[in-house]
Amino acid sequence: MQKVVEASGISKKFGETQALKNISFEVNEGEIFGFIGPDGAGKTTLFRIITTLLLPDEGEMKVLGLNSKTGFKELRKNIGYMPGRFSLYQDLSVEENLNFYATVFGTTVNENYDLISDIYSHIEPFKKRLAGKLSGGMKQKLALSCALIHKPGLLVLDEPTTGVDAVSRSEFWDMLKKLKQYNITIILSTPYMDEAMRCDRVALIQGGQILSIDKPQKIKEGFSKKLFRAKASEKYGLINALRQYPETVTAYPFGDSVHVTFINDKFDNSIFMHLKKMGIDDAIITETEASIEDRFLELMKKA
Amino acid sequence: MKRFLGFVKKEFLHIFRDFRTLIILFGIPTAQILIFGFVVSTDIKDAGVAFLDLSKDEISQKLSDKICSSGFFKRTEDLFNYNDINKILKRGKIKAVIIFEKNFGRNLISENKATLSIIADGSEPNTATLITNYITAIVADFNRELVNTSGAGAMLVQPEVRMFYNPGLKSHFMFVPGVITLILILICALMTSVTITREKEFGTMEVLLVSPLRPVQIILGKVMPYFLLSFINVILILLLSWFVFGLPVKGSLVLLLAESMLYILMSLSLGILISTVSSTMQQAIFISMIGMMLPTILLSGFIFPIENMPKIYDWVSSILPPRYFVVIIKNIMIKGTGFLYVWKETLILMVFTAVFIGLSVRNFKIRLE
Repeated sequence: MQKVVEASGISKKFGETQALKNISFEVNEGEIFGFIGPDGAGKTTLFRIITTLLLPDEGEMKVLGLNSKTGFKELRKNIGYMPGRFSLYQDLSVEENLNFYATVFGTTVNENYDLISDIYSHIEPFKKRLAGKLSGGMKQKLALSCALIHKPGLLVLDEPTTGVDAVSRSEFWDMLKKLKQYNITIILSTPYMDEAMRCDRVALIQGGQILSIDKPQKIKEGFSKKLFRAKASEKYGLINALRQYPETVTAYPFGDSVHVTFINDKFDNSIFMHLKKMGIDDAIITETEASIEDRFLELMKKA
Repeated sequence: MKRFLGFVKKEFLHIFRDFRTLIILFGIPTAQILIFGFVVSTDIKDAGVAFLDLSKDEISQKLSDKICSSGFFKRTEDLFNYNDINKILKRGKIKAVIIFEKNFGRNLISENKATLSIIADGSEPNTATLITNYITAIVADFNRELVNTSGAGAMLVQPEVRMFYNPGLKSHFMFVPGVITLILILICALMTSVTITREKEFGTMEVLLVSPLRPVQIILGKVMPYFLLSFINVILILLLSWFVFGLPVKGSLVLLLAESMLYILMSLSLGILISTVSSTMQQAIFISMIGMMLPTILLSGFIFPIENMPKIYDWVSSILPPRYFVVIIKNIMIKGTGFLYVWKETLILMVFTAVFIGLSVRNFKIRLE
């Protein structure tokens, strides 16, 4: 399998801030590769290095077989990039935006229409509308169409689903999956852990370092302890109470419940007595499967 | 090429979509010219003139009758000696005094020439210029009649114009050249720097950089529409000043337009340079307004004559390109001089342009930092 991105030992500093520390990874042709991490983890910086917008201080970045420093001119013809802020011209209409990006990349909308038709058909009824007047979901679809219009070999999407409603997010992922048939490699970042499951492979990134790279399922399975889910009517009190219980290793809020791990991977009745003493008498604790987020938090703690 | 044209088309769309840009582009120049047009009234009707006829002969009488019967002037007073001139001008009712020299008629017949002096109140420079121009024209007309009727060799009345209070009439009839100078640098520098920094601010620059567009194409694509529109602006201002005040271009129109193009190019490259050093629109506006507009108004000689400034401001103004364009445009429009009189300034503007372009190309980043 061909490598689309090969990064080795990438480091980048902005003044005193170390944005990326010795990052190495590879992305295979045709896969959807996700970078999962909180804000400020270094995702955008990394993407800018991949797209030749920034040069790394150290390390080498090879994209589509070209060095991102020396081969940037050739490379720029073959990358589709969607920055974190949808870079659309707000005062141009949907159609004009798309036409503009098509001409700039030396192609026409008709030439690659089949590639974007799935996505673009959603917004085509509004093609005379100014991009600034579109909803978040529609902006995102237009930005994706613009980034795809020249049939790039590599598509780089920086937080494409941030600020987009749940339905649009789900539709967006369906579209990305469909792009696989055109053999377009996709690199994207997201702060949403649930989206990680839809990637072929993910890299967990935190503080400019990659914590782990693997298939999402494998990352989940990497969780080293047995995970339990605790629920009570008073969630905040429950967390506090669980953290004071001597057998508890970690206790994190997770949705409407609390994820807990114990030293011996099991619990007995003494915990309910402890909770009752703390004023919580309706707690239910069951074993549960770890999610990527749990694994992420575990890795973060180790790092 | 197709890429480039696509880019230019997009720029035009930006300009025509944005109401404010259009206002700045065409509204402000029009408004400025019209405001000046109404403030500076060009109509002369029954302006009071006094006569000091030291000759009192047939010809001087005939000429003064001709001046007063034109409808532009009204004989308000007759003076008898030079001392009265200052007194009567100070009263302000009289706009000009016309003096016939001693033996006016006899000189004209015996020596074929006689002198007529016009003393105008220079504290109202525009009126003064107009009055002297009108009188001079009437005298020229009179000369023609003389030649026709006498048939003899050319007999000439030579009008001698003198301004009281503001002898050079400096800086005042300058508003059209001044407005052109100001408007062009404002539009070109401000608009190009803002449109480039806008791309930076909205993040679209990131995508443009990742595209195969070359920096030269991005810069030229940004500059081209403004170059065209600014050129249209020059023509618009010239037409307006012609129709509103009848201010003609005395020198070569082609030369004037060519020099304007050079100045536009210079201002545009300055705008690009500003955009390469500023990362936000606000910064670009600040640099263009404070850095360009105020010095242009105050120091370019547009309003305040450079000759009257302290030396240090003179030096400061010598690094301001508008200063040279004011000289060029003044020479061509008002004095009607040719290229020989403005080649030095033209050369300086060219050097400015080359330096700005050079610096911009060097500063333009093909990456984000």
